[in-house]
Amino acid sequence: MDFQFTAQQEAFRQEVRDYLRKELGPDWRGGKTHEMFNPAFSRKLGKKGWIGIGWPKEYGGLGRPHMDQLIFGEEMLYGRAPAAAHILAQNMVGPTLMNVGSEEHKKKFLPMILSGEVVFCLAYTEPQAGSDLASLQTNAVADGDYFRINGQKTFISFAGDAHYGWIGVRTDPNAPKKHRGISIFIVDMKTPGITTRKLDTMFDHTLYEVFFDDAKVHKSCVVGQLNQGWYYITQALDHERVFMAATIAGYQRIFDEIVEYAKSTKRDGKLLSKDPIMQQKLTEMAIELHVGRLLGYRLAWLLEQGIVPFSEASISKVFTSELEKRLGNLGMQVLGLYGQLQRGTPQAPYDGYLEWEYRFSPMQAVGGGANEIQRIIIAIAGLGLPR
Amino acid sequence: MNLDLTEEQEMLRTSARDFLTKECSKTLVRKLEEDEKGYSPELWHKMAELGWMGLVLPEQYNGMGMGFMDLVILLQEMGRNILPGPFFSTVVLGSLPILSAGTEEQKKELLPKIASGELILTLALTEPSARYDAAGVQTKAVAQGDSFVIDGTKLFVENAHIADYIICVTRTKKGTSPQEGISLFVVDARSAGIKCEVMPTIGADKLCEVVFKKVKVPKKNMLGKLNEGWDILAKTLEQATIAKCAEMVGGQEASLDMTLAYVKERVQYGKPIGSFQVIQHYCANMWMNVETSRDILYKAACSVAEALPGSASEVAVAKGWINEAYKFVTERAVQCHGAIGTTRDHDIGLYYRRAKAGELAFGDTDFQKELVAQQLGL
Repeated sequence: MDFQFTAQQEAFRQEVRDYLRKELGPDWRGGKTHEMFNPAFSRKLGKKGWIGIGWPKEYGGLGRPHMDQLIFGEEMLYGRAPAAAHILAQNMVGPTLMNVGSEEHKKKFLPMILSGEVVFCLAYTEPQAGSDLASLQTNAVADGDYFRINGQKTFISFAGDAHYGWIGVRTDPNAPKKHRGISIFIVDMKTPGITTRKLDTMFDHTLYEVFFDDAKVHKSCVVGQLNQGWYYITQALDHERVFMAATIAGYQRIFDEIVEYAKSTKRDGKLLSKDPIMQQKLTEMAIELHVGRLLGYRLAWLLEQGIVPFSEASISKVFTSELEKRLGNLGMQVLGLYGQLQRGTPQAPYDGYLEWEYRFSPMQAVGGGANEIQRIIIAIAGLGLPR
Repeated sequence: MNLDLTEEQEMLRTSARDFLTKECSKTLVRKLEEDEKGYSPELWHKMAELGWMGLVLPEQYNGMGMGFMDLVILLQEMGRNILPGPFFSTVVLGSLPILSAGTEEQKKELLPKIASGELILTLALTEPSARYDAAGVQTKAVAQGDSFVIDGTKLFVENAHIADYIICVTRTKKGTSPQEGISLFVVDARSAGIKCEVMPTIGADKLCEVVFKKVKVPKKNMLGKLNEGWDILAKTLEQATIAKCAEMVGGQEASLDMTLAYVKERVQYGKPIGSFQVIQHYCANMWMNVETSRDILYKAACSVAEALPGSASEVAVAKGWINEAYKFVTERAVQCHGAIGTTRDHDIGLYYRRAKAGELAFGDTDFQKELVAQQLGL
């Protein structure tokens, strides 16, 4: 067994780090969700060849192994580099098209994803289909060479900026099992009949409701085979998982700043870092971050061996998302009264990042498959408990 | 990076698991908890035949020449089966410091006999101050002709009551730091002046009080250099902490397995309780602890095996995490089992008690956190 990276991998890490520092500037403190959406930066990354570094070369990627993708992801997250404008297309849309998409779809979309020119939004969730996603009701009914789509999606990120929507819809209402009647469509967001409405969140990020009112789309918008959507949704997670494996790096950045603050700030005449209670909390978090990082390495390693780390990915998701909430709380605790100050206040430490983090931190445990569902997946799929 | 075990390690794991399942039933474990000696000489002999006591010893000392990581795999299986007896104290606490710091004469004399199972060893470090650090060492050794004379009380000394040799940690000089002035002696456990008493403990692991009263030890029995014993010990403690972690990870795995089997078969409200979401969540949480403990163990073990920089920190992080994880897993295991889990007849209680004992050995969670805090520069 060997947990160390090779010299080559370390060199790649340094290359990414240097590049991001140069492009974002040494004082870059971004990282809040809305700052992570930056199409100009995505295009820059695309030009550098750093979108789809894990994609096969035949599709224009760099064919980099999972470990390199992990390293790349870690540096992007530690550097708080904006990736939201292309990450979904890179991790979900592109890989699914490569696997099951038509030649037409591949030819049209893959190059524009790689260049960072196109923004996709992922629209699965509906008002009545959250955790029970397979019960989604937005439907597409065939009409000659077209489909007419009706229904509503909700909690959709970037729907207002996206060029295309990657949507899950019901195409066979009579399928014997509800998840067998679902298809994936790529729809132009400018299609008549598609409208969006803003849903502001407490973490300064705008989500959208997306309404489909008899939106007419050509049948060529269907991804892969009709009624195979559920399968695509669940299988398309490979690239997503490797990105997930890097998650802890972003938290590590927050933690490093908290520790830096504790070491340089006095309260009641004493450095915070010398306070035994503070030390307890900080060391506990240091241990958890170490654990989380190893979960990520295990994920990347399994992927590199060609194994689909189904339960491991759920474990990682649950662990890191719950860690984030504790971290958000710890950050504000360390900052004391100053913790509540928001960005723009001169006295706000780290320009109010931790205040924002506290507001943002509940999101991860809720989104991407709520942790309650993840735990059931772990128990049933991973541990073989009965339904 | 390579996060797989080697084929040899997989084989070692399988054969150890098979052997222990067959030879070390929980009936035996229970019997040995009550037994005065606390181990089965017959089982000990069989383990020696498999070469386990000499697993990490070089072939020139009749060992098998395998590595620390292999020992970790073996200990994980022992922890899974909660094997009672002096393997840990003899091999980890005894043979490793002798191997790393002993003279050729000491190695030739002791290591082959350890490998063959003829000798039982232990390490006497902790004292009534109950600390694993150098400052806790007050037992004195004073030079007297060709010998040293040891005076003091050691506490929590595992298996001293059956040991042939006790590696005694003594203070031979008042140094400028607690680490300076510590010397180690390989003491014949039958020397005059040694009084040993087993203390009943939560882990039923035969921890002893050992009183040294004017115990004479020949100078040639000194392990390493005079006053420089702490460096040897620091390494031994790192290895021992990881070795303990390995046992504790194995124990977690067994506790989870037992619980899964139980919740699949125990029926309430007409359904196996494992189909209830609350139990599923408990089990998922338990598994998360097992998975994370395993990798944190392996990473720290690799660091220790290869003496990488930062290994001390890795060890502290690992033990800090595994301490809490083992307690969590066994506590949830008892809860999932319900009342039967609290009885002496059921196996899960054996693990529940050992989880706490494991936490205390080589530094509880607060102790480990203090080490981590130092590493963070707090």
